Amino acid sequence: MSAVLEPPVETIDKHLEELDTVTIRFAGDSGDGMQLTGTQFTNTSAIMGNDISTLPDFPAEIRAPAGSLPGVSGFQLNFSSHDIRTPGDQPNVLVAMNPAALKVNLPDLEEDGTLIINSDEFTKENLEHAAYKSNPIEDGSLNGYRVHTLPISTLNMNALKGTVELSRKEIARCKNFFALGVLYWLYDRPLDPTLNWINSKFRKNPELAKANEVALKTGYNFAETTEVFTTHYTVKKAVIAPGRYRKITGNEATAIGFVAAAELAGRPLFYGSYPITPASDILHELARHKNFGVKTFQAEDEIAAVCAAIGASFTGHVGLTGTSGPGVALKQEAIGLAVMTELPLVIINVQRGGPSTGLPTKTEQADLFQAVWGRNGECPAIVIAPATPSDCFDMAIEAVRLAFKYMIPVFYLSDGYLANGAEPWAVPAIEKLPRIEVKFATDPTNFMPYSRDEATLARPWALPGTPGLEHRIGGIEKQNITGNVNYDPENHHLMVKLRQEKVDRAVADIPPVEVFGDPTGKVLVLGWGSTYGSITSAVERLRQEGKSVSSAHLRHLNPFPGNLGEVLASFETVIVPEMNLGQLCTMIRAKYLVDAVAFSKVKGRPFQIREIVQKVEEYL
Amino acid sequence: MNTQGNGANGNGHKIVETAVSAESEGGASLFNVAPPPGELTKKDFVSNQEVRWCPGCGDYAILNNVQKVMPELGISREKVVFVSGIGCSSRFPYYMNTYGFHSIHGRAPAIATGIKAANPDLSVWVITGDGDALSIGGNHFVHVLRRNLDINYILFNNRIYGLTKGQYSPTSVFGQRTKSTPMGVIDYPLNPLSLAIASEATFVARSIDIDVKHLGVMVEAAAKHKGVSFLEVYQNCNIFNDGAFDYFAERSVRSDKVLYLEHGKPMIFGKDRNKGIRMNGALPEVVTIGENGVTEADILVHDINLEDPSVAFMLARMEQPAFPQPVGIFRSINRPSYDQLLVDQIDGAIAKSGPGSLDKLINTGDMWTVE
Repeated sequence: MSAVLEPPVETIDKHLEELDTVTIRFAGDSGDGMQLTGTQFTNTSAIMGNDISTLPDFPAEIRAPAGSLPGVSGFQLNFSSHDIRTPGDQPNVLVAMNPAALKVNLPDLEEDGTLIINSDEFTKENLEHAAYKSNPIEDGSLNGYRVHTLPISTLNMNALKGTVELSRKEIARCKNFFALGVLYWLYDRPLDPTLNWINSKFRKNPELAKANEVALKTGYNFAETTEVFTTHYTVKKAVIAPGRYRKITGNEATAIGFVAAAELAGRPLFYGSYPITPASDILHELARHKNFGVKTFQAEDEIAAVCAAIGASFTGHVGLTGTSGPGVALKQEAIGLAVMTELPLVIINVQRGGPSTGLPTKTEQADLFQAVWGRNGECPAIVIAPATPSDCFDMAIEAVRLAFKYMIPVFYLSDGYLANGAEPWAVPAIEKLPRIEVKFATDPTNFMPYSRDEATLARPWALPGTPGLEHRIGGIEKQNITGNVNYDPENHHLMVKLRQEKVDRAVADIPPVEVFGDPTGKVLVLGWGSTYGSITSAVERLRQEGKSVSSAHLRHLNPFPGNLGEVLASFETVIVPEMNLGQLCTMIRAKYLVDAVAFSKVKGRPFQIREIVQKVEEYL
Repeated sequence: MNTQGNGANGNGHKIVETAVSAESEGGASLFNVAPPPGELTKKDFVSNQEVRWCPGCGDYAILNNVQKVMPELGISREKVVFVSGIGCSSRFPYYMNTYGFHSIHGRAPAIATGIKAANPDLSVWVITGDGDALSIGGNHFVHVLRRNLDINYILFNNRIYGLTKGQYSPTSVFGQRTKSTPMGVIDYPLNPLSLAIASEATFVARSIDIDVKHLGVMVEAAAKHKGVSFLEVYQNCNIFNDGAFDYFAERSVRSDKVLYLEHGKPMIFGKDRNKGIRMNGALPEVVTIGENGVTEADILVHDINLEDPSVAFMLARMEQPAFPQPVGIFRSINRPSYDQLLVDQIDGAIAKSGPGSLDKLINTGDMWTVE
């Protein structure tokens, strides 16, 4: 038994301080288990009743060389006693498991922030890997932070050596749970949720379960007894509406949202996909739900994935394909085919940094133009975007509803931040979810494959297998009503307009955009997609200071909500923060002739609240 | 009004008058429910659309054969779907009075995968050409075969791009002068059967457009195979590559230059039925029965059911002038199809976990209650 587990020689007087909100970032090598550590801290905090929001930040390389700068993996979480919408602008606490993690993350840490450093890893070799000329622990460069250097690797090794029958390498891998134990004491968290997780996860490997348990408890006990820490903190429960909550990421909510949509429509779900970061988790999740009749098809390429979804749609399934921006680039011709054949189809784009391969694991919103205009010919599709991880669930249902009703492809624009970020989701009551209406043609009398529904202009959905409705569809221009191949100039002009009008008519079918704050004023901050949290929090902060600022968030981007023009006209200045060079801003300037201001940030990272506050203040 | 199309549709079905221009192809059948499968005739599979291939095109013979075979398969018309890509041959679905999907260049196998995987009850046919299947759609060609989707895949090989007016294709012969290769083709042609066998196709066959009887037998055999069936048809493009196959397919030379493969039969060919294929070590050779002591017993006997694809591959590599050009079924083996396995997995998941419950789906994971 190691020394650290022995009772302290003398009791140290430690006091408990209360904090309103805390942001912690765990950072280490990509093999150090930082994502797991962060997830465990998050789950425990959620169970304790805090509001939570998280942002993992991991490298594109699965295992970059150990100790290298590109190999640093981080996980940021914000937990609070009040309502929060973002994972926090700046960490208050940085846990750095090696020099590279310190180097990459230190610039983000707040002034006077808390640094917890695994000093064992600050060897000459690792310092060189991280391009440090001198040891930052010793050279005074960390003055200005509250630095706690702990020999975590050694402490963990001493605690486990002789206690468990594992190799030194296996023991070393438990050090993240030692660090987690330290943080649990520092922020007054119970160990039980993580202990339960360990026992369930390593049910078949009791030695590993024991090792992780001992590491966690030893870390906790060490923090409690060591003189390094004199204070620990607590963050009280947030006031959250009563109910059942689930911690959910955007990708999880997207996947189960589409399963739910298929159930609500009473049609089986077909998901054609090709593995791509950051969308692959949707494929993994859907592949687990075959008992819903979900058919997942890992295709040979992006084109086959969308084409198979179109084929499934032709037979009456919920045809769904999912990818990221580069994959959409490959799918566009086929999406045009779905527009031409007027079949329902949903395309998930979990946007990432572009162009080309770009920043595969980082977030961006630069595929809006691609979704709205990125195909040959006049080729309109409906475009929607969830605003938060849990909103992904509702918007999945909305995507299928619109695709079915208008017989049209619908783009669903998520992004890397939504996909991997997590927040509490108030789980809805099943009976309150909207049913999705499905109409199939069955009557052969005067059946015409391109006849039109009076209200929506949708053509009938006639499934192969239906007697008497045999017909042919395809990518060549069709004659309205009959669906025969047709090259007549007047007919083409008519069909181009009809395809557009289907989108235009959907305006009547989507909710008006809501204004957060006063309906008129000096500044309106207009956003879409994952910027919701930062924008709303920034506007809330400014309004608390009495500023004339409101915000509006678009979940429907093509068509826009019917009241958008009126909302925009009610403010002196419209500011549009986007993780692109102003795509939505360009669209609203073109459509509504407003002198909107683009606020661009294209760094692979979400907006901070304070960045938006500062930008808005320029216009007040 | 497309009078020719209407005229092609007999069988007493009522025709709805519409302002369909003479340019029209595709669209609705405009006809009422067909008789039950047993009573269907070829005419039930002829659509009202004017066939718009060039007069004399080999595609007509293939269309005619497929329409003739359909009633014999005992499948209701509404359960048949023809899927195509882009090219002359890909207009095919418009001429079949079944469901049809004329898709985009090269992607028919992918569309067909979605259709068949979603509804395994349908009889799904892919119609494609050498450019569509082997060039722009090469990736899908490989993967739809290895997937062993239970579909019928017919490749019209005319060794040229017809619809774009005469550029060389992946099967054009080395040195061929075409519009895009005025000094001759300098890349080497692909052998579709070699690629199909390498791609794990469970049924591989070849026929010739002008050998109408053989073609009909091959279409029927392909249709009856459970799993993917790949049929290459040598098809004459009389505009841009006329006579491309005459050197072996022309009636007067055919019996000497074509080997008709038949399961369980020795590989004998020739006008006098005295030439055959014999193994000489690891390689095949052409021998004459009755010369140098060769008897029929020396001739290789064709077995389409060999799991090992080596002999099928060897046969696929045989070509004129060193060997007769083989046609017939090269390979036919049984393997569970993708669509069937997918259904099995779903049934297995339901048997194991019960049918999906939305309530359970959303109420799992890291959950907690706020009082």
